[in-house]
Amino acid sequence: MSKILIRGAKVLGGEPQDVLIDGETIAAVGTGLSAEGAEVIEAGGKVLLPGLVDLHTHLREPGREDSETVLTGTRAAASGGYTAVFAMANTFPVADTAGVVEQVWRLGQEHGYCDVQPIGAVTVGLEGRKLAELGAMHESAAGVTVFSDDGKCVDDAVIMRRALEYVKAFGGVVAQHAQEPRLTEGAQMNEGIVSAELGLGGWPAVAEESVIARDVLLAEHVGSRVHICHLSTAGSVEIVRWAKSRGIDVTAEVTPHHLLLTDEMVRTYNPVYKVNPPLRTERDVHALREALADGTIDIVATDHAPHPHEDKDCEWAAAAMGMVGLETALSVVQETMVDTGLLDWAGVADRMSSKPAQIGQATGHGRPVSAGEPANLTLVDTAYRGQVDPAGFASRSRNTPYEGRELPGRVTHTWLRGKATLVDGKLT
Amino acid sequence: MQRHLISAADLTRDDAVLILDTAEEMARVADRPIKKLPTLRGRTIVNLFFEDSTRTRISFEAAEKRLSADVINFTAKGSSVSKGESLKDTAQTLEAMGVDAVVIRHGASGAPYRLANSGWIDAAVINAGDGTHQHPTQALLDAFTMRRRLVGRDAGLGQDLSGKRITIVGDVLHSRVARSNVDLLHTLGAEVTLVAPPTLVPVGVGSWPCAVSYDLDSTLPKSDAVMMLRVQRERMNAAFFPTEREYSRRYGLDGDRMAKMPEHAIVMHPGPMVRGMEITAEVADSERCTVVEQVANGVSIRMAVLYLLLGGNEPAVTHARTTEEK
Repeated sequence: MSKILIRGAKVLGGEPQDVLIDGETIAAVGTGLSAEGAEVIEAGGKVLLPGLVDLHTHLREPGREDSETVLTGTRAAASGGYTAVFAMANTFPVADTAGVVEQVWRLGQEHGYCDVQPIGAVTVGLEGRKLAELGAMHESAAGVTVFSDDGKCVDDAVIMRRALEYVKAFGGVVAQHAQEPRLTEGAQMNEGIVSAELGLGGWPAVAEESVIARDVLLAEHVGSRVHICHLSTAGSVEIVRWAKSRGIDVTAEVTPHHLLLTDEMVRTYNPVYKVNPPLRTERDVHALREALADGTIDIVATDHAPHPHEDKDCEWAAAAMGMVGLETALSVVQETMVDTGLLDWAGVADRMSSKPAQIGQATGHGRPVSAGEPANLTLVDTAYRGQVDPAGFASRSRNTPYEGRELPGRVTHTWLRGKATLVDGKLT
Repeated sequence: MQRHLISAADLTRDDAVLILDTAEEMARVADRPIKKLPTLRGRTIVNLFFEDSTRTRISFEAAEKRLSADVINFTAKGSSVSKGESLKDTAQTLEAMGVDAVVIRHGASGAPYRLANSGWIDAAVINAGDGTHQHPTQALLDAFTMRRRLVGRDAGLGQDLSGKRITIVGDVLHSRVARSNVDLLHTLGAEVTLVAPPTLVPVGVGSWPCAVSYDLDSTLPKSDAVMMLRVQRERMNAAFFPTEREYSRRYGLDGDRMAKMPEHAIVMHPGPMVRGMEITAEVADSERCTVVEQVANGVSIRMAVLYLLLGGNEPAVTHARTTEEK
């Protein structure tokens, strides 16, 4: 591996600097660095960030390779500027054993587009009844540290308590999909003005908030740490804010789509907007943006949920829930957080790289852009504006809510340990 | 008029009055010895029913046949929603057969909207009831019945329902009839009050153009029409109300309650009625109850809608269209 000089990049949005990569690490950061023996990338005012880290990705392999595979999913991740993704456990078979998580981890290593860190299921088969072999998954080659039944809520308070306690032994974290199941039976969208009009089953905010409230109290009681997946309501923000002020060890994520879209979109009955938790109201969107800006919400996670065309090209009630997100996440964050003045690029690096790496203990990712650090980097043309064209996606699925929508920003280069995975917007 | 009829909310006041007036013309056909017009001769209409509804399907079928359309009945009850492709696949099969209009009943809210707006087919789409969303021809036939009874058969022509006070009672949460009626009656200038136990009123009802009350007795004296909705017994098991008897006591319409209504006020029901629960036999069989008229009016309304969506702008009855005249 040779030397690469990234010339004139605004590191974390600051003054233009040169960054020299030598092998797998950053050799130097400064002005007027020598280009001798190095391939030169003229960054010309683009923003350089540490490689993005997604704590919440669905790669679908094993089991639903028609939606996505580890290869297509990690290529999508590299296109979006990611160097590490955490793969959710709701595959077929479920990632609830050391064997399955090792398989997923190994596929990521072999393909080489992005580090894949599997998330282990909390309970066997995501059924919420019996703890999965959390310790074995942690001790496997995959070294699992994050556990989640995502897609389903660990709704049994005792199972949740035990999981929180158990993972303390190896510093793990339980990532909760907060959804009270009885309150969301038949739920199709956010419960409110729009659901009343459209006659679609309501998913009330309280079904999320009540579980978050319970879980932060459980985490406090057993002295463990809990992570809240895809937080979506203003009320959830208030609960997390309260829990943090009380010293409870809770972290939370928000998806790009919950920062941008509202339940008004459901009026189209287009299932591309069908997602779990559902799109909420304008008020919720603003509360989420504010909370991400002030640090109440720690990170942005995509909840990248690929589905084949036929699972979305149908009536709303029959459609699958979820949206792809890896390739548009940074653009949506630029539009909703940076261009609105709520967050600077250093803040984006924190919310989309450093913090998620810390929560998931992805050592080697989310590091400062400075000499001696692993060369996991992302170069972003923040001046770019263009319409989203799913035809160009690397993801196997195209279920994006942004088709035809103009979004700012475009990732031009991604480096994983000094190796380019994306060059001039094209995958290597 | 639009190309499709998906929601009562899509109708302007003038659209709605035009449909009601056209339905009056259509109603006259029913009084003839030969109840048939050549208006939709050569047009093919499919009744696509993913959900059982004998009454609505027969009503549409009668309307289509009276307009001389070729009618295909397609019943696909049961597993439709479990595999979503079926709606699209079925629609495209029908399209390939050259269907001019699809009358669709579906258990999923929004299915007719998707059918009309997804580019799957070119045919006109008429919503015959979707999930808990809309049932626009039901609202139109209800409005037609009210206008005839409260304004007058001939006096009503060209008129809307301005100032009329309509009370809708029962399971609003699960009722497409209630949603459609609130939209249409508001458009036609009526004042609507929904009456139900709070568990059967949707969260978000505050944005609807109507009032909400939990007390039937205080609402009745101020009502020109009281529309009773069907309440499914299963709702009791889902804890929407404690017992059938308690529901009947608080929200059922019996003779004593009916006596509180103004003398001219009518009692309506979209059918089928569960006698003894939401309505007593005494009320259901009274002169003031319009259930049977509603059924008859349903055919006239559906003729009017089909004619206006498919027939064009010529007068419906007096001047039947032929190919030579085109």
